[in-house]
Amino acid sequence: MNLTLKIWRQPDPDAEGAVHTYEVSEISEDMSFLEMLDVLNEDLNAKGEEPIAFDSDCREGICGMCSLMINGSAHGPDVTTTCQLHMRSFSDGETITIEPWRSEAFPVVKDLVVDRSSFDRVIQQGGYISANTGSAPEANSVPVGHDKATRAFNMATCIGCGACVASCPNGSASLFVGAKVTQLGLLPQGQPERDSRVVNMVAQADEEGFGGCTNIGECAAACPKEIPLDVISQLNKDLRTAIRHGY
Amino acid sequence: MATPTKSAPALVRNPQSTRSTIALKLLMASSGIIFVLFVLVHMYGNLKAFGGHDAFNEYAEHLRTFGEPMLPYAGLLWVIRVVLIVSLVTHVVTAVALWRRSSHARPVKYVAKKNGHSALSSRTMRWGGLTLLVFIVWHLLNFTIGKVNPSGGATGDPYNLLVDTFDLWWMTIIYLVAMAALAMHLHHGTWSAAQTLGLTGTARARARAKALGWVLAVVIAGGFSLVPIFTVVGVITK
Ligand code: HEM
Ligand code: SF4
Ligand code: FES
Repeated sequence: MNLTLKIWRQPDPDAEGAVHTYEVSEISEDMSFLEMLDVLNEDLNAKGEEPIAFDSDCREGICGMCSLMINGSAHGPDVTTTCQLHMRSFSDGETITIEPWRSEAFPVVKDLVVDRSSFDRVIQQGGYISANTGSAPEANSVPVGHDKATRAFNMATCIGCGACVASCPNGSASLFVGAKVTQLGLLPQGQPERDSRVVNMVAQADEEGFGGCTNIGECAAACPKEIPLDVISQLNKDLRTAIRHGY
Repeated sequence: MATPTKSAPALVRNPQSTRSTIALKLLMASSGIIFVLFVLVHMYGNLKAFGGHDAFNEYAEHLRTFGEPMLPYAGLLWVIRVVLIVSLVTHVVTAVALWRRSSHARPVKYVAKKNGHSALSSRTMRWGGLTLLVFIVWHLLNFTIGKVNPSGGATGDPYNLLVDTFDLWWMTIIYLVAMAALAMHLHHGTWSAAQTLGLTGTARARARAKALGWVLAVVIAGGFSLVPIFTVVGVITK
């Protein structure tokens, strides 16, 4: 395949960025999107130009490190991560626009790399449970129903990629926060900190500059882990309960 | 996953639930639901116009004598007005606050952005809401505060003022455009309020709330539209 790539380039956080155009040729449709960018970077290296900075780590869809707004969709046209997106999803001769996540809370570090440490701080504010260390508790002493365990597990599959924020017209992090609040709220171990968790996590998300949710639904459609919109309902319900409890 | 930069916000200490964006959304949803109940009853009342001059004017007068002598003349009407004014201020103030937040949340726009997975009504709540606000101002001038008769006729008789207004085709158009905006706002607003209040925790509840949005949009905006349409075509006459 031959492709025209329009890629956002920005040397550092404070510099003015701009879209640059590149041509790549002889791309196999079995390559992942990131491998296609690797090919371009090899080219740029050979020409003595600065390679394009982009994030990736596991390249198997589990770490959440890869990002990229591809032709206006977070992680590209398929419901998956960019590392698991294959070039067969594009056609020969296509022009592909590649941009970083755009959010006040995800400042651009360089080119396509953004700083998502705001998510870490939101998790630090309540994305945990407190448990005594020492000997492991007896596993059967705290029963958890199968349906709740499964649902909690599904919510725990969030990889913190930020596609929800990137695709939301309000730049809201509600799906991400909702996934964690729902996951821990479903389990007995999550109950003692339930009220403070939701208040603290939402306050941190507000502080970081994420927008408010308007229940548009672009986030759930873009989520590579298919976290459903229900979690935002649960998030709102938990916050409402916390207000009632005087937190 | 993170590549930290230097200037990160600090961790918030001892935050308050009532100062969060979700608290703003709860105010917006509650005031919105008050509007929905109001427009539902208001729409039903307007249909009295099909009963003719006397039925409509009697209904308008009854609204004022309702509850007498426990309540003073127009007492109930004033209770409703105060509730609506408080709701309107709440709804608009929270809308503006959240709108500003959202604009700041994405300082650099995308060169290309697809919004293929959301309803048009959901992405036009703010401009549509503003349209409704402008309409509400005109509507109150027209029928309540100013009693402006755009055809230049008398204004003392509620039924005749209504017929005079909608006999003008362009007035009917303005009202129908406003009802289209109302339908859009109700379509997304109903579902959004249910979600904001935390009532849509399952896929089924979500589907039901969306269906209710359709029903309310069609019934309320459609019901309101009947009177102007039937007046301009000459069925409702003086
Ligand atoms: C006065 C002009 C109005 C403005 C400026 C306005 C604006 C807005 C905005 C910006 C939203 C948030 C959208 C979202 O969260 O997706 C909203 C929500 C809503 N509006 Fe309005 N609106 C107005 C009038 C009305 C009226 C007349 C009704 C009822 C018939 C109404 C009912 C609702 C409802 C039910 C919601 C959902 C609340 C939620 O998101 O949880 N609004 N409005
Ligand atoms: S909710 Fe989905 S889109 Fe958002 S960070 Fe988690 S995995 Fe990514
Ligand atoms: S690189 Fe780990 S999810 Fe894509």
